[in-house]
Amino acid sequence: MGINRRDFVKLAGLSALFGLGGKAGWELLAPGQVEAQIKAQGKPLTAKRWAMVVDMRKLDDATAARCIEACHKIHNVPDYTKPVNPKDALTPEQIVRWEVKWIWTDHFHNAFPGFDQPYMQERLEHLNFLCLCNHCENPPCVRVCPTKATFRRDDGIVMMDMHRCIGCRFCMAGCPFGARSFNWRDPRPFIKEEYPDYPTREPGMVEKCDFCVKLLAKGQLPACVTESKGALIFGDLADAKSGPREALKAHYTIRRKPHLGTNPQVYYIV
Amino acid sequence: MADYKNEFGVFAERPTVEKKLYNKLAVFLGLTAFIVLATFPLWSNAGRTIPPPQPSLDTPTIKGLTDKQCVLPVEEIRAVHMKLLIDWREQVVRTGNRVWVNPQGKKFEPSLTNTCLGCHSNKAQFCDQCHNYVAAVPNCWGCHLDKSPKVAQAEVK
Repeated sequence: MGINRRDFVKLAGLSALFGLGGKAGWELLAPGQVEAQIKAQGKPLTAKRWAMVVDMRKLDDATAARCIEACHKIHNVPDYTKPVNPKDALTPEQIVRWEVKWIWTDHFHNAFPGFDQPYMQERLEHLNFLCLCNHCENPPCVRVCPTKATFRRDDGIVMMDMHRCIGCRFCMAGCPFGARSFNWRDPRPFIKEEYPDYPTREPGMVEKCDFCVKLLAKGQLPACVTESKGALIFGDLADAKSGPREALKAHYTIRRKPHLGTNPQVYYIV
Repeated sequence: MADYKNEFGVFAERPTVEKKLYNKLAVFLGLTAFIVLATFPLWSNAGRTIPPPQPSLDTPTIKGLTDKQCVLPVEEIRAVHMKLLIDWREQVVRTGNRVWVNPQGKKFEPSLTNTCLGCHSNKAQFCDQCHNYVAAVPNCWGCHLDKSPKVAQAEVK
């Protein structure tokens, strides 16, 4: 006689249930690697939302140059105008096209298009604004990255996993601030002094400012902030008593291209 | 003989083709050349002994250690060092956690250049020996800096 359809379905359902439960049970009880081996570190700097305020009243050109130099030195950013071996010298066109920069200066009308007017305060016309990755709240570079090499950390830092970057440059097209650079060639012949605590890059990788996550993990402030003698204020935007929040409370600040909706987190006191 | 039939009609006899190998010289020359070329790596290396890799542990840091123990037991680190490095990479880059605790409870900085090369400062004698032997080409060193040549240069000066 055998089994009728109703009994068969019941039996099949029950066996499926036992099968799945049994598998999960086996996986839970089976001997394997203990996962909770990782403990938190000593005293890294942490925040809910890192942000920076650039005080342009205190930032003169010499300080800005020092900030740029400090940053580019500890991140092994190549300077294509200064080859280590004179034989590697590039043409002026290549120097412009291949430039790699994490932090740089720009004039008001380039840094703040939309804010500029035909007739402005004369001081603004000559200021060199310090520009860097804005670590946007809504970063377009993260959205367009096809490999999730660029991602947003919980503390707001937009960071790159260089191991995963395939060099498609979607992020460079997505970033409205020009904060990203592509390695068109091997940068090593243009790094005067290799900084041992940070890797260099390979051709075919995009790179940008990472708010010095490596220093934050050691409990130090970003290199540019340390070098800026108070012109750059770095801290937790979620903390009402932090440096950036005090500065934002006391001064009128502007941001680069806020109308694009990326919610940049670098503020400028003009 | 029976009639031979194909799709074009019925024929009196099956056509006969002389069984003969044409262009014998060219065919056998070509075959020989192919076999020689295809087996070239085998017979050209026959009898040649390639010394097995002997990674050197002879560095000042390791000599100074009282307990000569890597972050994991030797057998394990030999087998899974590549996976461990990938795990370290994911942990540091993705979670930002820069402390790794081994099964014995000792803490390490998950870093190729600082932790691994901190002891094994002789990359050429340690890493490259085996990698060359098994023709593995890890692309770590395209970006990560090998500190050892600089140290050597400094000593020479």
